[in-house]
Amino acid sequence: MDKHNITVKVCMGTGGIAAGGAEVLDAFVKEVSSSGIAAEVGKRCSSEKVGCRGLCAKDVLVDVIIGDQKVTYEHVKTDMVPRIVQEHIVGNAPVTEWAAGEDYHNFHNRQQKVVLSDCGNIDPEDINAYIAVKGYVAARKVVTSMSPSEVVGIIKASGLRGRGGAGFPTATKWEIAGKQEAARKYLICNADEGDPGAFMDRSVIEGNPHAVIEGMIIGAYAIGSDKGYVYIRAEYPLAVERLKKALEDARSQNLLGKGIMGTSFDFDILIKLGAGAFVCGEETALIASIEGQRGMPRAKPPFPVYQGLWGKPTVINNVETLANVPYIMRNGPEWFASFGTEKSKGTKVFAITGKIKNSGLIEVPMGIPLREIIYDIGGGIEGGRQFKAVQTGGPSGGCIPADLLDTPVDFESLAKVGSIVGSGGMVVLDETDCMVNIAKFFLEFTRSESCGKCVPCRIGTKRLLEILERITRGEGKPGDIPLLEEMSVDIKLASLCGLGQTAPNPVLSTIKYFRHEYEAHINEKRCPAGVCRDLLTYSVLPEACKGCGACLRACPAGAVTGEKKKLHSIDASLCVKCGACFDACKFKAVKKE
Amino acid sequence: MKEKLNRILESYRKKEANIIYLLQETEEVFGYLPREAVDFFADELGIAPSRFFGVATFYSQFHLNPRGKNIITACCGTACHVKGSERLINGLRQELRLAEGEETTGDMQFTLEKVNCVGACSIAPVFIINKKVYGKSTSDKLIKEVRAIKGPADGQA
Repeated sequence: MDKHNITVKVCMGTGGIAAGGAEVLDAFVKEVSSSGIAAEVGKRCSSEKVGCRGLCAKDVLVDVIIGDQKVTYEHVKTDMVPRIVQEHIVGNAPVTEWAAGEDYHNFHNRQQKVVLSDCGNIDPEDINAYIAVKGYVAARKVVTSMSPSEVVGIIKASGLRGRGGAGFPTATKWEIAGKQEAARKYLICNADEGDPGAFMDRSVIEGNPHAVIEGMIIGAYAIGSDKGYVYIRAEYPLAVERLKKALEDARSQNLLGKGIMGTSFDFDILIKLGAGAFVCGEETALIASIEGQRGMPRAKPPFPVYQGLWGKPTVINNVETLANVPYIMRNGPEWFASFGTEKSKGTKVFAITGKIKNSGLIEVPMGIPLREIIYDIGGGIEGGRQFKAVQTGGPSGGCIPADLLDTPVDFESLAKVGSIVGSGGMVVLDETDCMVNIAKFFLEFTRSESCGKCVPCRIGTKRLLEILERITRGEGKPGDIPLLEEMSVDIKLASLCGLGQTAPNPVLSTIKYFRHEYEAHINEKRCPAGVCRDLLTYSVLPEACKGCGACLRACPAGAVTGEKKKLHSIDASLCVKCGACFDACKFKAVKKE
Repeated sequence: MKEKLNRILESYRKKEANIIYLLQETEEVFGYLPREAVDFFADELGIAPSRFFGVATFYSQFHLNPRGKNIITACCGTACHVKGSERLINGLRQELRLAEGEETTGDMQFTLEKVNCVGACSIAPVFIINKKVYGKSTSDKLIKEVRAIKGPADGQA
């Protein structure tokens, strides 16, 4: 056997851990040390945890790297570890039947990784692992040899725009804040990733927290701030833990604190835990929350770059935006600007989820068509069903139908079709999803997350929701669609902050592209996708029923009757329409309509 | 209780923190925000209790009533929603015999609560039982976990 170094990398993001990543890593460590091979290869063999590499649907993912040969295993369970160790690590013969297949490689080969380039390759809890991949080189160069305006110039040339949703040019924020005369300025990293269906910020912090810290050091230097905050959701315990450790490690190497890297530049970062309020992703609400108040937005102007936290000039950048910064400084603005479109430069991380085969986190150049993301990278729709729509941008976004799948994914193009890039969540919907139900789902969300400060949002979202609830109950009225549209327009125009201004988007886009579904609910009292409970009836198909009794046992309401091996039937007056019988039947004998 | 509250207050003063921090620490120690705790802080700091309750009721992280010994968190993000989280929640409610609008079981053993999104959408539907994340949940798996916690005595209930 040759004497190459052997590295085992186990994916341990939230997804990897939920799939048993910690146990798998343990099993590797134990197997290597206990199987008597330790003396032979143990010294050259290291096992480490890495962050998310995107394809969480195939977790636990394990890389076994011998020299420059890497084999990735998917769906690894602890009982598979001994064989991988024996055959691959000791015998140098990969267990090909467990190796990741074409799907995995298609998923990765078509991506362009900038922010995620080190995620999943390095141990996020080891600062030296980040330093080994040129980490903190850019920050050192910036603080020791560049002027703040040079830094702003590079970011400006790169064309970087905010990745949190609005797409505001990052350099403009930095430039304005840099020009403010103030005793103190703040830089806040917005990690309050509240959009349901988006998890890129969590994954970046879990997978490469030091890139975010380095981005913050560079940003703080550019604007002249000595104090930064990371405002992060408490719902992300693993990300918080890794960030805490990363900050301590950075301080211990004088990358944060007083006189960092031997210069006269002071900068330190504090963590502020969000307490669970979606609206706190809005800049002024986030500031109120850091100040310890109810997280309610205020009218702008003045914008936070002039008057932000504690009344001082404050720049708020999203996690992904900041994580891009070190790579731009390291590789140059031209390199970054070579990806993407004319107005949307660089790459963007998207979370593709829902009814898609390869659900996970991807990074692609801006401007790539939706179709490529969903079919080539995402592998198409699960279970051979028909694609219906992709929901982008979370509660502020919209649903894009099949005939617009060639739309390029960038800030301008998605806005043109009535949606947004947003923070990058993409939820794929298939023929079994009801678009009225989806609109109702988002309105339930925005109604409950509306802070209540301004009337259009507080009452408007509630009224919209009430109408949608009525429609899905089968009580829709002829004038409902125009009423929804009219109210939506008013709410968008009159609301104080981004939450209300975008809350009607899911309603408007579903009406625009799926009007027939609304009409079926309202006029025919029918849910074409078979989702809206009150509009469904369950019955047994006599020709298919085998009398197995599975539906009878599953029914919580006692609505199913029938003797063993004889035709069963459902009493509609007792049926609570939970769908348990439908799921329980192996013979497709329960009909839902 | 007083001793614990004093400790929280001390760390608040040392860190020059804010009300949210104070409430987060209290929630961490007691699992909810006891009325006595708020009154104590209000007295000590000369801040009206209404300020505390204003903040506490604004954020979903805070609870004004005691919660169960075991916490089950159901993710209600978009991906989980389209993957059928609602049906799973209803199944758990039945298993725990929770009445409409009720979050905590009468014996204070379980609290079933919803969260907007835990950001583990690729393994939807996601549930968190006592801080452990369960991905690709099914009704059977969840009920099995719950019965395992209940123990053999009343597991058949």
